[in-house]
Amino acid sequence: MKHRWLALGATLSLGVAGWTAPISDSIKTLRAVGTEGQGNAAAAKALRQLAKADAAALPEILTAMNGANPLAANWLRSAVDTIAAREDKLPVAALKKFLADQKQNPRARRLAFELIQRAEPDTAAKLIPTMLNDPSVELRRDAVQRLIIAATAQQEKKQEGLALATFRKALDAARDLDQIKTITTHLRQLKAKVDLPRHFGFLMHWHVIGPFDNSDRKGFDIVFPPEKGVKLNATHPGKDGKVKWSPFITADEYGKVDINLAYPGLIKEVTAYAYTTYNSPEARAVQLRLACKNAWKIWVNGKLVFGRDEYHRGTRIDHYQLDAQMKKGPNTILIKLCQNEQTQSWTKQWEFQLRVCDATGTALLASNRLPTPKEGKTGN
Amino acid sequence: MKTIIALFIAMTIAVEAGDWRQFRGPNGNGIAPDEALPTSLTKDNLKWSTSLPGRGLSGVIVVGERVIITCSSGPRQDRLHIVCLNAKDGAIRWHRQFWATGRTMCHSKTSVAAPTPCTDGEYIYANFSSNDLVCLDLNGNLQWLRGLTHDYANVSNSLGMASSLLVAGNVLVVPVENDSESYTIGINKTSGANLWRLSRPKAANWTTPTLLEGAFKGRDLVALQSSKGVSAVDLKTGDAVWNFGNGASTTSSTCVLDGVLYVPSNGITAIQPRSDGKEPDELWQSGRLQPSTASPIALGDHVYTVNRAGVLTAGNLKTGEREWQKRLKGPFSSTPVAAGSHLYFFNETGLMQVVDTAKGEDGEIRTLNLDDQILATPAVANGAIYVRSNSKIYKVAK
Repeated sequence: MKHRWLALGATLSLGVAGWTAPISDSIKTLRAVGTEGQGNAAAAKALRQLAKADAAALPEILTAMNGANPLAANWLRSAVDTIAAREDKLPVAALKKFLADQKQNPRARRLAFELIQRAEPDTAAKLIPTMLNDPSVELRRDAVQRLIIAATAQQEKKQEGLALATFRKALDAARDLDQIKTITTHLRQLKAKVDLPRHFGFLMHWHVIGPFDNSDRKGFDIVFPPEKGVKLNATHPGKDGKVKWSPFITADEYGKVDINLAYPGLIKEVTAYAYTTYNSPEARAVQLRLACKNAWKIWVNGKLVFGRDEYHRGTRIDHYQLDAQMKKGPNTILIKLCQNEQTQSWTKQWEFQLRVCDATGTALLASNRLPTPKEGKTGN
Repeated sequence: MKTIIALFIAMTIAVEAGDWRQFRGPNGNGIAPDEALPTSLTKDNLKWSTSLPGRGLSGVIVVGERVIITCSSGPRQDRLHIVCLNAKDGAIRWHRQFWATGRTMCHSKTSVAAPTPCTDGEYIYANFSSNDLVCLDLNGNLQWLRGLTHDYANVSNSLGMASSLLVAGNVLVVPVENDSESYTIGINKTSGANLWRLSRPKAANWTTPTLLEGAFKGRDLVALQSSKGVSAVDLKTGDAVWNFGNGASTTSSTCVLDGVLYVPSNGITAIQPRSDGKEPDELWQSGRLQPSTASPIALGDHVYTVNRAGVLTAGNLKTGEREWQKRLKGPFSSTPVAAGSHLYFFNETGLMQVVDTAKGEDGEIRTLNLDDQILATPAVANGAIYVRSNSKIYKVAK
């Protein structure tokens, strides 16, 4: 009898205390993976162990994605997928609780939502309207889409006041370009004004200087005077003589700063700089979201954030999402834009688009932001 | 005894007939020598089609009864999928997802799921335009992963990456060549760690490396094509062995037959590597053979090219002389494959076209319309041809 109790105790001990440890150990190992394959071998072993866990472990694994690097998040996701593919019954209540915690990893929360959707589609459908201002852009997208459908139906029924309000609500929440374009089209049909530069947070007011040399694409690495410090009243030697800073205001709805407007004519093998000041209401981390098909570098407060020497391969809104730190008060932003030697019509473009936002793509407007310009302006 | 059984299993896996393990199949030349595919096509030849969870133009690979394909989905195309289907009925066996860690910007015609995955028969290696690289076993269990843009921040191409992987020996060859931080990397296929990393020409490149087995002093070489030409490097070390510097296409890839490389360079240039490792001998060059996006294919006594407009050109393998031409219905992005004397083409509107090369320009073109946009190169395995569109995968067989 004594042996039986001992055996039962041992079983329980393995089933409880012995169960928790391998999961947390495995998670720790998966979270430790790094660049160039570091930690992969240990992670593979840990994943085999972790994937044996039952569905009850899913919330813990999802929670572990918070703060994990993107590679580790993929390892953890693989454990979730393996367990979820095997298990018939998913812990919906626990997943709902996890989903409701907006401080968790946005991608992990979306994954939790999809697991709920798989197990209980009706439950998931009821959750969608609650996600309109969710930090997970993917979750928010579903809620916005629901509003677009509702507003479109209202518009078709000639309920214009209702439609206007619903589209406005949708626009406030929308972060994806396709949805924003759809909503804007409808709002303008309803004679409503839409300030897209403000919605996105595009920076519209700049100073530009150029052209400097970029023969043989060497200008990308050459440190021209603006990189040593910006003085807006300074004059510098440029490619074809003295150059100086001049104001540049764009009125483009998508914040496009077309440098060719400042230097008319097809100018090739040149470099220009654009400069602005962004007053931040607080010290905080931001994302600089840049679109550019020329070679470029960007500095915040004199510190290089990133650069890329690629020309004319294509671009789109939010092409580059760059983490940066703003201090409270004025912050300087300097962009270097190189134009290469190609002569095809599609290589004339010498332009960029920049916005400042948080990780969800929500505009962070500067305290010194001016009203959205109605007309563009180049030169003094 | 266990060792013997394990060895037998390993050998069985290694020599499994009928697999299509990489872009352009068993020898990377698009030829399925022993496959009996349908040559006269009807709707009955379409055995099944299965909807996919995302877009893509990567090629299919086949291991035994497993048909494997990659896709991408989501508003930002940042969800990466690897899907395994049953060859018999197209049912999904397993489906794994990952999140892109690199940039997903690409031209609207291509996709984040553009590179064709590969397999050594035991493990699947898949990469994406975001330069996320994963290794799974045949049951979809993750073995290792890399984020090559996470590792090297300027590895990307704003039009999209599309070069496919090559696995040989213990090395997975991963080309991530582009205008900025441009590499081809030799990765330990078991651990995912770098074995070597070559700096490559800073120019966008969508071509796929070619294995040259035992090509120099018994060592395997890899031919890396770029706008500069073709460089052959040692598979194990990445050390340069020879270079052909007359320039080459950055879209269509070299094919190899009987040790001769048919390089998309100034039309097609045939080069013969030398035993002393010096610059290869140029056998011929023909500007009348003009591959476009589709790669050339060498079959029998001819090398074939098809241009975007749909003109198939047969060049003499020994001389490069143009021998005959035939107009197909283009345009083509997909590279043709061969079984027996037949070439199989899929145009961009989904029209499958079969040409019997033995009949030259007089042969009838047999067709089957899948009525779907097809940009991917097909796979041939176990008597069937598999091809994917942006939304479906199809099996065509007798």
